Amino acid sequence: MSASWLLRRLLLVVYTVLVVSVLVFGITQVLPADAAVTLLGENATPEALAALRLRLGLGDPLWLQYARWLGGALTGDFGLSMRTGQPVGPMMLVALSRSLLLAGLALALMLMVAIPLGLWAALRQGRAADLVTGLVSYLGVSLPEFVIATLVVMLFADRLQWLPATGYVPLTEDVADSLAHLALPVLTVSLIMVAHVSRMVRSETIDVLHSDYIRAARLKGLPGRSILLRHTLRNALLPVITIVALDVGYLLGGIIVVEEIFAIPGIGRQLIVAVTARDLPAIQAGAMIMAVTYALASTLADIAYALLDRRIRYD
Amino acid sequence: MTDLLRRLLRTPQGAVAVAMLALILLLCLLGPELAPRDPEAIDFLGRFRPPGAENWLGADQLGRDVLSRLMVGARATVLLALLATLLGTLAGAVIGTLSAYLGGRWDEAIMRNVDAVMAIPGLLMALLLVSSLGKGSLNATLAIAIAFTPGMARVTRSVALAVRAQDYVKAALARGEGAAFIVLREMLPNVVGPMIVEATIRVAFAVMLFATLSFLGLGAQPPAPEWGLMVAEARRFVHQAPWIIIAPSVAIALTAIAFNLLGDGLRDALNPRDER
Repeated sequence: MSASWLLRRLLLVVYTVLVVSVLVFGITQVLPADAAVTLLGENATPEALAALRLRLGLGDPLWLQYARWLGGALTGDFGLSMRTGQPVGPMMLVALSRSLLLAGLALALMLMVAIPLGLWAALRQGRAADLVTGLVSYLGVSLPEFVIATLVVMLFADRLQWLPATGYVPLTEDVADSLAHLALPVLTVSLIMVAHVSRMVRSETIDVLHSDYIRAARLKGLPGRSILLRHTLRNALLPVITIVALDVGYLLGGIIVVEEIFAIPGIGRQLIVAVTARDLPAIQAGAMIMAVTYALASTLADIAYALLDRRIRYD
Repeated sequence: MTDLLRRLLRTPQGAVAVAMLALILLLCLLGPELAPRDPEAIDFLGRFRPPGAENWLGADQLGRDVLSRLMVGARATVLLALLATLLGTLAGAVIGTLSAYLGGRWDEAIMRNVDAVMAIPGLLMALLLVSSLGKGSLNATLAIAIAFTPGMARVTRSVALAVRAQDYVKAALARGEGAAFIVLREMLPNVVGPMIVEATIRVAFAVMLFATLSFLGLGAQPPAPEWGLMVAEARRFVHQAPWIIIAPSVAIALTAIAFNLLGDGLRDALNPRDER
């Protein structure tokens, strides 16, 4: 991995952020025929509409509106919430920190389950264990988050009464209680990702097991454990990094729904609240922060891939 | 075409998928005629009636027959998901083919932008679009179609480039065939297959995304018997009547599974040489 490759990769992030900002601004501010009517509703008085248009600078040319908005956004100033009157940038960043806790825990749990599961299924290819994991992962990719979340709540919160169904307790307040409240949302999000990733690990492992270098290792008489750990796992897990990176985008989408259902005040729930209330600055801030998080995550995955796979020489 | 169907039915996934989809299609076409009761008829005495002879899948919080609502709702959920996928696939196919055809700098520029757009997760993109288009079934459909477009563009381009590099295309070029012949007779039939596989799997996503938008209150509006909306409305009554939630959840899952299976079956049927 050379410095120029890294530089180009970082420039690409900057470009991505720019494109995303044009889209977010365009979809939220330009697409509605009149943002002032959108915000105040059809029954607003002409005076109120005129005042709001002036405040939002809607009379200015579009590029000026966009430049002003982007300039603010780059410094974290996305304007004031139409709903609460508070600055939306800081509000969304606090919400993001809660979402990242949820996402991080879900990602960790997923990796701990999905990799062994996929490996196990691959080694038992075609047998009962493989078929059962295949069936379960099929179910996992065919159930939307809100269904899994509802079923999980029905089972663990209503029937068994093991865990609280909704709510959020900050980690700094009471660690055990906080984790108890996070348990079901984390379970929901990771279940779906386990389904994706274990399927991927399985097929990658099977590919590697059929490769020439594994056959060579077997013919050399290397012990099975060494073949599995040093030769198979290493090569099978590399492509999985890319899948996990793609899943982060999926994870961010899933988090929107899961936070809404479990009443976690993360960025997804704030976004839904903003969309329902037509709070334009909050929608813009939430969407930008989420998209930038995703762009950064996939860039990090690319860099990790390049660092780990010595066959790849980017220049 | 019949050959493809025969090969599809020979794969276990394909056979199951075709059977399930035949049933779902029947529900979409004839659901309202076949439904045992009026899906919107309110019956306060029959609220939360458990599944039984009167209501096969029970009655909901307003005493409406859950089975009838499911059958009538199939049309809204499945057909709109199909429409959204079709629109997204067509738009993506045009962009992807154009990019592969132009090649060079244009290809690079188009794909960089497609990648950048894909930094917005699908659900987020749909939320953004619905927030400015307004809520409702048709806007949700349009939002899903737009959210699918960049992904389909990417798939189309890579398939088209792969096909372009095949020996039979080179042979056609060497024979001196015209551009129209090469694109239509040599490339198109081989691009369509992988596109159909990808689109089929995306229908499963579209069903889930559409139900999710309705669940969040941004897609179908009450009292429509849309499956995601049914789950959302029933959530408050999970203690009294779990069947109101379970029935539409199972319907969504079975539909998504059917399309996922069809996609896998088609992939196997189109690649007969791939043994795995």
